[in-house]
Amino acid sequence: MAGIAAWGAYAPRLRLSRKAVTEANAWVAPNLKAKGKGERSMANWDEDALTMAVEAARDALGPDDDRSHIDSFYFASTTAPFADRLNAGIVSAALTLEKSITASDVTGSQRCGLTALGQALASGGTSLVAVGERRRARAVSAQELDFGDGAAAFVVTDGPGAAEMLGRGSVTDDFVDHFRGDDGGFDYYWEERWIRDEGIVKLVPPAVRKALEIAGLSASEVDHFCFPSTFSGMAATLAKAVGIRPEAVRDNLAAVMGEAGCAHGPIMLAHALEDAKAGEVILVAQFGQGAEAMVFRATGQGQRPARGVTGSLADREVETNYLKFLTFNGLVEWDKGMRAEKDNKTALTTLYRNEDMILGLVGGRCRETGVVQFPRTRISVAPNNPAVDTQEPYRFAERRASVLSYSADYLTFSMAPPNHYGMIVFEGGGRIMMDITDVAPGDVETGLPVRMVFRIKEVDEKRGFVRYFWKATPDRAAIAAQTSQAAE
Amino acid sequence: MPQGIRDKVAILGMGCSKFGERWDAGPDDLMVEAYLEAMQDAGIDQTQLDAAWFSTHIDEIGSGKGGTPLSIALRLPNIAVTRVENFCASGSEAFRGAVYAVAAGAADIALAVGVEKLKDTGYGGLPVAHPGTLNPQVMPNGSAPGNFAQLASAYRAKHGVSKDDLKRAIAHVSVKSHANGAKNPKAHLRKPITAEQALNAPMIAEPLGLFDCCGVSDGAAAAIVTTPEIARALGKHDLVTVKALQLSVSNGYESQYNGWDGSHFHTARIAARKAYKEAGIERPRDQISMMEVHDCFSITELVTMEDLFISPEGQGWRDVLDGFYDADGEMPCQIDGGLKCFGHPIGASGLRMLYEMYLQLQGRAGERQLSNPVFGMTHNLGGAPASNVCSVAIIGQEGA
Repeated sequence: MAGIAAWGAYAPRLRLSRKAVTEANAWVAPNLKAKGKGERSMANWDEDALTMAVEAARDALGPDDDRSHIDSFYFASTTAPFADRLNAGIVSAALTLEKSITASDVTGSQRCGLTALGQALASGGTSLVAVGERRRARAVSAQELDFGDGAAAFVVTDGPGAAEMLGRGSVTDDFVDHFRGDDGGFDYYWEERWIRDEGIVKLVPPAVRKALEIAGLSASEVDHFCFPSTFSGMAATLAKAVGIRPEAVRDNLAAVMGEAGCAHGPIMLAHALEDAKAGEVILVAQFGQGAEAMVFRATGQGQRPARGVTGSLADREVETNYLKFLTFNGLVEWDKGMRAEKDNKTALTTLYRNEDMILGLVGGRCRETGVVQFPRTRISVAPNNPAVDTQEPYRFAERRASVLSYSADYLTFSMAPPNHYGMIVFEGGGRIMMDITDVAPGDVETGLPVRMVFRIKEVDEKRGFVRYFWKATPDRAAIAAQTSQAAE
Repeated sequence: MPQGIRDKVAILGMGCSKFGERWDAGPDDLMVEAYLEAMQDAGIDQTQLDAAWFSTHIDEIGSGKGGTPLSIALRLPNIAVTRVENFCASGSEAFRGAVYAVAAGAADIALAVGVEKLKDTGYGGLPVAHPGTLNPQVMPNGSAPGNFAQLASAYRAKHGVSKDDLKRAIAHVSVKSHANGAKNPKAHLRKPITAEQALNAPMIAEPLGLFDCCGVSDGAAAAIVTTPEIARALGKHDLVTVKALQLSVSNGYESQYNGWDGSHFHTARIAARKAYKEAGIERPRDQISMMEVHDCFSITELVTMEDLFISPEGQGWRDVLDGFYDADGEMPCQIDGGLKCFGHPIGASGLRMLYEMYLQLQGRAGERQLSNPVFGMTHNLGGAPASNVCSVAIIGQEGA
């Protein structure tokens, strides 16, 4: 039976204080004050569904940069940056998966994350599933407070791994609780009572029952019930309806990260895998033009993620500046200044010719001298041996690195000024002048340990193209380890 | 090593426009201004020019590609005009071209003109250049101050200098240049500043504040060069001759090989060594009389003092604070006010620096005149510390 061999998750570091939002909007929407508790995850300006999926996938795959064991890749999102360009192809290139894999984008409903996982489990071989969502909502809407951004990923294999899949149930029904047109605008919702009573309560239980039936389990045997919903108490109501014990209903993380759309069921599943003891039964379901439900049994084996949901949620920076949230989400027409007027057209030929360098952060290693460099060039940079055509591909993305020099630039255009960048040097050799993200003034100093993250480099608003590259971000785990070492 | 350029070429005349926010002038007007002064200084007729070199860097707001902008502005008699561009060393490149043509015997008299018109962008700072198709996909969206500011973090780390000490030292660099520029009628910025002003100015790119950055100006400068023999035949005496012209260009070592520490300019040290050898200078700290260096940012000037082997490595900041480079110090630097006060019209800067060294060597620098200078050194840096071009030129009294 197929199972989940490894899993990972990602929540952006920024957490928007809901109180900051409701207070800013109290003049126009005093009714939203009741939602002013806790915080929601907030993507940085340079994060989207795709970059977060890459981070979750790296968490699942681990630090080994040989990904040749992956046969197929599924990327799921309803907020993917491209409508006609294989988003999975970009993620795949960032992860340096083999060119020979099959890859697909799975989209179209809030349950597409679980659909992708189900397809991977049914496909045979070793698959990677990555689900990311960066949700858009209008300013002053309830969704703005309810939603969150995040991602989860799973490595699926033929064996049981960390969790064996026991059964899957699906319902497909064109029940339109909300929709979003292909103009990339905002969700339009119908009445909550109708969605809950006629939609979720009627369409989810058949999928859950079917999954349990195939698994040969009764509902009372479920130890972890994962069901995301922005309606409070919705999972408990469903549990009661199908006979799942109330104590099996898992926290939907609404208070600490909000709901990350189609990624949220997978995120709750990843979270449950972190907690589940060997032999425990996990049931995950998600609603969306029907429902998807899957039952797993944890084995206590498999590969645990370095960060996972718990680690991601622990790495947080509270953001109380609601205007920054609006700006990052394109909800404010702001004066970017003349320096932002440059044309950001991407030369597609150059992008393709340098695909592994730009998307995969692949440099070169000289097979004669062992000298490592970025970018890979025909003539090696080694001053003592500028050998010709000796460079073999060398991956930098998973290497530990540190800051050699830096500045915080207030002059150049940046979505999050000052723009931090500097010379990053890698353990094992190589250096790259690159952007440093997720930092504030005072965070960066020479010698700071950093790790690589795949991020939006620039957005070409004129043509609707998003350009990606890698950036450095403080390696907070390494910094904490250094600090505790120093204290000893 | 090649024989070198020492004493083979003399400067016949030089000119320099007023630098500043020249709302009244286009690039052609600026070129004419510098050119007419140089021609008058040289005392020759236009028909005596054999060839010209023209340096300008930013086409979009400058005067365009090719040689025609210079030839048309000056109405040159259909002689050869070569346009050169090498980032911030462009002006020095124009000079190099003219000098080499004379040394080679390809021209008896050659003209070098550099110009840049920066104030037609609509904003302060250098214009955002089109970076090509690959760079913007990987390089940070940085600015010149952000790139050069990185020297400071690496310099502090390497030499164990505190943030406060280094900030005080680079503040002094700017205070000194403003004091000098105040005495120069052709400078853009002519107000002295205090250390407190420099230390408390708004941040541009950490740790560089507003007064750590050079101005943005329009300007042009020109040189006319010939052989010493022709110069003498034209009635010139006490000649200023070219002693050394060196250019060193990054080959990726700094940006791609883990050997460079980020605290200095690899190319500057190479160019300086070669220039001293070419000029026959063995003890630069004692023998060089004065310098104009590429003070695009105060930290650049500070590390340059070490790269040119004037200050011992790691001690430049102490020399700066001790006043060693002040107008009344042992090695006056930026005696005309530097890029700090002249601004940095890219194609013109190298020639503007040589203009001041030439005036000083001829004893024509007025209120700024130093006593009996023998060797004047100029230095330009283009690009960014991790990938740059560096030129070092030395001119001096003939036979010195």
